[in-house]
Amino acid sequence: MPGKLKAKIVAGRHLPVMDRASDLTDAFVEVKFGNTTYKTDVYPKSLNPQWNSEWFKFEVDDEDLQDEPLQITVLDHDTYSANDAIGKVYIDIDPLLCSEAATVISGWLPIYDTIHGIRGEINVLVKVDLFNDLNRFRQSSCGVKFFCTTSIPRCYRAIMVHGFVEELVVNEDPEYQWIDRIRTPRASNEARQRLIFLMSGELQRKIGLKVLEMGGNAVVGYLQCFDLEGESGLVVRAIGTACTLEKISTLPSTATHQSNSSPSKDMKEPVFGEEVPGIPLSSGPPTPLRAQTFSSFSPSKSYSRQSSSSDTELSLTPKTGMGSGGSAGKEAGPLKALLRQQTQSALEQREYPFFTLTSFPSGFLLHVGGVVSARSVKLLDRIHNPALGNTRSYKLLDWNSFTADEPETRDAWWEEIRQEIKSHAKALGCHAVVGYSESTSICEEVCILSASGTAAILSSRFMQDGPLDTEHRLSRQPLVFSTGSERVEGDMGSSASLGFEEVVPPGCGFCHIPYDELNIPFPAQLTYCYSCRRSKVPDVLFTTIDLPADANITGKGCLIQARLCRTKKKAQGEGNATAISNLLPFLEYELHTQLMNKLKLRGMNALFGLRIQISVGETMLLGLASATGVYLTALPGPGGIQIAGKTPSDITYEQHISNMQKKINDTIAKNKDLYEINPPEVVEEIIGSPIPEPRQRSRLFRSQSESSDEVSELDLSHGKKDAFVLEIDDTDAVEDIHALLTDSPTPQGFYSCNTEIMPGIQNWTSAIQMFTSVRVFRLNNANLTNQGLNKIFSDLCENLLKSLYFKLRSMVPCCLCHLNFTVAIPEDELIQVAVTAVAMSFDKEQILENGKQSGEKTLTKAITENDEQLQFNLELNPESSHANPLSSPKGLSEVGSHPSARDRCSSWIEQLRLKAHTIRRGSVKTTSSMEKASPLPEGRSRSLRSNRSYSGTSVAVVKMTPLSFIPGAKIIKYLGIINMFFIRETTSLREEGGVSGFLHSFIAEVFAMVRAHVAALGGNAVVSYSMKECVFMENPNKNQAQCLINVSGDAVIFVRESELEAASVQPQSTTHTSNGGEGT
Amino acid sequence: MSVELDVFVGNTTIMDKEVYQLWLNGYTVNDAVKVRIEGGVMEECEASADVLLSDTMDQYRTFQMCERLLHHPAKLANQLLFQIPPDRQAMLIERYYAFDDLFVREVLGKKLSKGTKKDLDDVSAKTGVSLKSCRRQFDNFKRVFKVVEELKGPLVENIRQHFLLPDQLARDYAAIVFFANNRFETGKKKLLYLTFQDFAFCAGQLINHWTLGAVDSMMEDMDVDLDKEFLQDLKDLKILITDKDLLDQHKSLVCTALRGKTSVFNEMEANFKNLSRGLVNIAAKLINAKDVRDFFIDLVEKFIEPCRSDKWTSIDMNLFLTHYTNSAHILDTFKHHAVWTRYMGVIKSCILRMYHD
Repeated sequence: MPGKLKAKIVAGRHLPVMDRASDLTDAFVEVKFGNTTYKTDVYPKSLNPQWNSEWFKFEVDDEDLQDEPLQITVLDHDTYSANDAIGKVYIDIDPLLCSEAATVISGWLPIYDTIHGIRGEINVLVKVDLFNDLNRFRQSSCGVKFFCTTSIPRCYRAIMVHGFVEELVVNEDPEYQWIDRIRTPRASNEARQRLIFLMSGELQRKIGLKVLEMGGNAVVGYLQCFDLEGESGLVVRAIGTACTLEKISTLPSTATHQSNSSPSKDMKEPVFGEEVPGIPLSSGPPTPLRAQTFSSFSPSKSYSRQSSSSDTELSLTPKTGMGSGGSAGKEAGPLKALLRQQTQSALEQREYPFFTLTSFPSGFLLHVGGVVSARSVKLLDRIHNPALGNTRSYKLLDWNSFTADEPETRDAWWEEIRQEIKSHAKALGCHAVVGYSESTSICEEVCILSASGTAAILSSRFMQDGPLDTEHRLSRQPLVFSTGSERVEGDMGSSASLGFEEVVPPGCGFCHIPYDELNIPFPAQLTYCYSCRRSKVPDVLFTTIDLPADANITGKGCLIQARLCRTKKKAQGEGNATAISNLLPFLEYELHTQLMNKLKLRGMNALFGLRIQISVGETMLLGLASATGVYLTALPGPGGIQIAGKTPSDITYEQHISNMQKKINDTIAKNKDLYEINPPEVVEEIIGSPIPEPRQRSRLFRSQSESSDEVSELDLSHGKKDAFVLEIDDTDAVEDIHALLTDSPTPQGFYSCNTEIMPGIQNWTSAIQMFTSVRVFRLNNANLTNQGLNKIFSDLCENLLKSLYFKLRSMVPCCLCHLNFTVAIPEDELIQVAVTAVAMSFDKEQILENGKQSGEKTLTKAITENDEQLQFNLELNPESSHANPLSSPKGLSEVGSHPSARDRCSSWIEQLRLKAHTIRRGSVKTTSSMEKASPLPEGRSRSLRSNRSYSGTSVAVVKMTPLSFIPGAKIIKYLGIINMFFIRETTSLREEGGVSGFLHSFIAEVFAMVRAHVAALGGNAVVSYSMKECVFMENPNKNQAQCLINVSGDAVIFVRESELEAASVQPQSTTHTSNGGEGT
Repeated sequence: MSVELDVFVGNTTIMDKEVYQLWLNGYTVNDAVKVRIEGGVMEECEASADVLLSDTMDQYRTFQMCERLLHHPAKLANQLLFQIPPDRQAMLIERYYAFDDLFVREVLGKKLSKGTKKDLDDVSAKTGVSLKSCRRQFDNFKRVFKVVEELKGPLVENIRQHFLLPDQLARDYAAIVFFANNRFETGKKKLLYLTFQDFAFCAGQLINHWTLGAVDSMMEDMDVDLDKEFLQDLKDLKILITDKDLLDQHKSLVCTALRGKTSVFNEMEANFKNLSRGLVNIAAKLINAKDVRDFFIDLVEKFIEPCRSDKWTSIDMNLFLTHYTNSAHILDTFKHHAVWTRYMGVIKSCILRMYHD
C-alpha cells in the first residue's frame, strides 16, 4: 500500500444551465481513481455550487498512481431520467509523486466536454501521501523527473548523462472498435481521451523504470508521440535522455556570476546546468554510478562501414523501403527479444548512443559531424493481433506480450531505423547522435517512420568513464587533439585577440571534422578552421541541434525553409508503399538542394535545428525542411550561386540568364547586409597559414558546393571557379531558381529562427507572446504539376509567416523563436500547416552580436572599421573608387580570384555599397556594446518594464513558451511535466463559426486548460511547450468536425529578475542571467 | 484553391483597438478591411490585402467569442479561456459599453422594450449609426437596466461594480437607466436642442437629491425612483404662489437684491409672478407620474423659454435663481425650508445646465 491519494471537491463556478425550466443546475461530482468512485452530494439549483466535500481517499499502489489519472466528472442530477454529464477533468497526479516537484494541486480547473468544450470550472484539492518503497522488483518509478526541455533544466546540474531511453505501448483505438457503431461519437472520444491518458501514464512509468535501472533520476528531452494508426491500433511512444540531475540551491544572494567575457574559464571543471549567478561552479568530475561504455563505437568498425554508406550524401538520403534497411536490422536481431523485457542489461542500453538533447553545457559537445537521418516506409497490417479484436474493456495490453516473437512489430521497425542512424553516425566518424528525434506520418495503411539527429563526438568525461575510454582516445586522433586545443583555450581565456595563430578562439571546436579527412564519407571541401587554424572544418555544416552557446558567429541568423510537394499516383497496399519509397530519395535530395541554395543565398554557411518533415497523403507527398541559418566564423564563407545555361546559342537566353544572375547576386548582397554578415577579416594572406589542397573532390551536378578556400569571405564576385553552379537545362530548373528568389524578406524589425534563441540577439525584454496558428488549404484543381504544387505550398508557408509578422507588429523589434512548422495532408487536396512559436521583443539600442565575445568582437569591429573606412570614403568620389581598391593588396587578391571579369565592375560597386552599409551599422554597434558594458541603462529599462507588469488579476497569469527559458526571469522550480490530450467534436459546425471558429475556440480552450493545470500546480509558466499533434477532420456536408490536440511542456515557477535583484542588489546579475538565457 | 481554415491563437489574446472599434461600429469584415487599407496600415507593415483580411477575420472571431463575456464584464476577469491583461480588459469593456450620444438621445426616456428595439432601423437611418451598433447599444442599456433595477444601494456604484465601467460611463448609464425608468419625455421638438450630456447632468442631480437613496442610502429601491414623500411635500410649496402676500413679498425681496445688478431687471420684474408660478406649479404637480414625464418640457416651456425671449444671460439666470431661492427663506410665513432647498437646488442646476441654445 505505498500511496494514499486524497481529493477534495471544493466548489464550481460558471456551470452551464442544465435545467431549462429553472435556468439552473443540480450539480454533483464523481471522483474516480482506478476502480474506486466517490460522489459528492447534489448541490441543488445553482450555477456556482459549493460542495466543500470531505477528503476522498484512495489507497493505491504507486504503480497505479503513475498510470492512472484522477478522473473528476461533474454531473447534473435528474430525478426521473439518467444524470447528464456536464463535463470531465483529468488530473495527472504524476507531479505529486516527485518530492522536488509540486506538493499539492489546488485551483480552478476547466470542466471539459468533447462536444461543448469548456463548461465552467471546478475547484479541487489533490494531495498524495507516498510511503517509501524499497522493493527492488517494483514496477513503479515514482520520483523520476520528466522534462520536455531538451537541455539540462535551468535549476539543475547534471551529474551524469546516461543516454537514450525509449518505450512504446500499443492498444486498440476505441474509435475503431465494433462497439463504436452503436455508441455515440462522444462516448468514443471520451474513451479515447481516457485511454490515452492511461497509456501516457504507463509509458512514463516504464521509461522511468529504465532510467532507474540505468542509475538515473530524470529524463530530459522527453518526447512522447501518438500514432493514430486507425484500425490497426493506437501507439504511444516516447524517447528521452536519461540523466542524473542534482538540484542547484537557488540563493540569489550568493551571486558569484562568471564574467561575460570568459565563459571558457569553466571548461576545466565542467558543470552541467545553467549559467546563472548563484552557482558555485566547482563540482569535480563526476564519479560513475554504473559502469557503462560505448563499446559499439569502436572506430575501426566505423571506418569499415564507410564504404557501404558512401552512397548517402551527408547521410540525408534515406534507406527506404520494406526491409531495405535489413542489414542494419539483422545486426540487432538477437537483441530485440531482450530489449522489451523489464530487466534490461546495461549492455543493451548502450545500443543506442542517442541523445534527445539539443543544447549542451560547454565542454560536452566536442565535434559535430553532420545530420544523419533515416526513413522507412511500412505497411500497417490490420491483422497484427487477432487477440485484441474482440476486447471491449480498455485494459491496457502490452503489445509486446502478444507479439514479442512477431518480426514486424513497431519495436522492430524503430529498431531498424535506429540501427541505420547509428551506422550513419559511424560513417561520419562519430560515436553519438545528438538532437535526436523520431516521427511518423500515416496515411491510410502506409506509415513513414523517420528519425534524425546530428552525428557528434561527445566528451566522455561527462558520461561514464568506462574501460573503453582509453581506447577511444587512442584510436581517435582528432578527439585527443581537439580536447587538447580546448584546454588551451580554457587556459588562455577569450581575452586572446584574433590573428595570433597559437590561440584558438572559443567556439570553433565543434565545427572541426570528426571524420578522417582522407576518407571523407561524402564529397566535401575541407579547409583549416578559420578561427584556430588547427583543425579541418567542412565548408557547410548541417545540424539538428541548437547553436552552441559559445559558438563564434558572424551577424544574425534566420529561418530557412525548403518546401516541396510531389504528386503521387493513388495506389493501395504494397504498391503504394513501394511508390512512396521510390519517391522519398528524390524528395530528400530536392529538399537538401533547396536548403543549400537558400543558405548560400543568405550568405550563410551552417544550419542549426534542422527538422525535415515528410508527410504522406493519398495523391501527394509533402516535404518541409526548417532550420536556422547562421554564419559560423570558423567555417569558410559560402561561395555565390552561379547560373549556367546549357545552350548558350541564343542571345535573349543569355540575357535572361545574366539577368537572373544579377538578381541572385543582388539578393545575396542584400541578405548579407540584412543579417549583418560581415565576417571579421581573417587576414590569412598575411598569416599565410598552410592550406592543403584537397583536390580530389568530384563535382556533383548541382549539389555539393565548393567554397572558396584561398579567397576570403570578401569575395562577392561569385567567380565561376568557386561558386555554386546551378545549371539551367530545363524549365524545372528555371522554376527552381524563381522559387529561390520568391522567399520574401522578413519585414523591418523582425527576425525569425526555429532554434531556441536567435543567433546574434541577446538582450531580450520580458515581453513574450506564444501563439499557435493553423491553416488548411484546399487544392481545388486536381491536375496540378509538381511545380504548381510547390508554388502553392511555398506560398502557403510564406503567407502564413507574413500574417504572423503582421499580427505581431506591435512587438517590434522582435524575433519569432522556435518557429515550429508541422505539415499534414488531412485529406486529399487538403494541406494543413500548423505553427507554434514565441515572439520575443528585444531592446533595439542594445543589439549585440554576441555578448560573450563582446570584447573580442568590438576589437574585430574596430579593425574592420578602420580597414574599411578608407574605402567608404572612396565611394564618395566614384572616380577614384576603381583605382584604389586595386592598389590595395586585398583588391589584388580579388582580381586574381575571378578571372572571368565580365561583371567585375558591377561587383566592385556592389561591394562598395555593401561596405558602406556595413560601416554605418558597424559603428552603431560599437557604441551599443559600450552601452551594454555599463549596467545602468539595462537596469533602468528593466525596472520600467517591471512597473508595466500588471498585478491583481483574479486569474493568475501563466506564461507559455516553446523555449526552455523565460527572458528576464529565472526559473526556480520545475513542477512536473504537462502532457495533455484532448478531442473536440461538433455536429453544429456552421453554428460554431465554421471550421475556423471551431478550431479557434478549441485551441483557445487547450491553452486555457494548460494554464489552469499549471496554475493549480502552483506554477506561473510552461516552458518547452509544444503542440505535438493537431489532427483536424471535417465533414462540412454533415455539418460536423472533429479535432485532436496533444500538447506538452514543463510547468515551472519563475521569478522576475527585477524581483531577484531586490533581494541582492547587484545590477550586473541582470545582464548576466539574460545572457544565460541564451541557453545551455 | 482557397484557404479553408485560418486561425491564430495567442497565449495572450491579441486584440487590435482599431479593429475592435470597427467591429463595434458594425462594419462587415470586408468593409473593415477597406477602412484599414485606407488607414495605411499596409504600408506601415509591408502587409498585403490577404494578410489584412486574415487578420481582420481572426480578430472578429475573437471579439465574437468574447462578446458573451462582455455581457457580464465581471466574468471577463475570472474566465480562463482568454488571457487578457487587465488594462486590455478594461479597454474592451469600456468600448463595448460606450455609446453614441446621437443614438442615446433618440432612445432616452423610452421604454427599453421589444417595441423600441424594432424601431431601431429608423433610429439607425436617422442617426447614421449602423443598425448592428444600435442593437448592441440598445441591448447594453437594457442589460444594465435589468441588472440594476433589482439592486439595492446607490445606482452609479451598482453599475460601476457590476459592469466594471469607468466613473463617467457609469454615471451616464445611471442617467439612461433613470430616464428609462421614469420615462421622461425628451423627444419633443422643444427639447431637441438639449444634448445627452445635458440630460445626463440633470439625471445626476435628480438621482443625487430627489430619490430615496439621496436621503438614506440603505433604503430599498432607492435610486431609480423619485422619493414619493418628497413629491408629496412639494405640494406645500404652492403657498408661495397662492398666498398673494407671500408672492408679493417674495418678489420685492428678489427685486431689491437684484436691482442694478442685471440688465434684464425690468423684464424680470414684469415676469416675476409668471416665472414663480411656473416653477412652483411644476413642483406641485410632480406627484403625478404623468407630470414627472413632462418635467423637462415643463421647465423649458414655463421658465426657460420666457427668459430666453427676454434675452437673459446665464449670469442673469444664475443671479435670479440664487436670490429667488434664498429670499424664500426670509419670508416669515413660509415654513417649508427643507423641501424648498431640496427642490430649488436641483431646479437651479438643471435650468442653468439647460439654458443654452
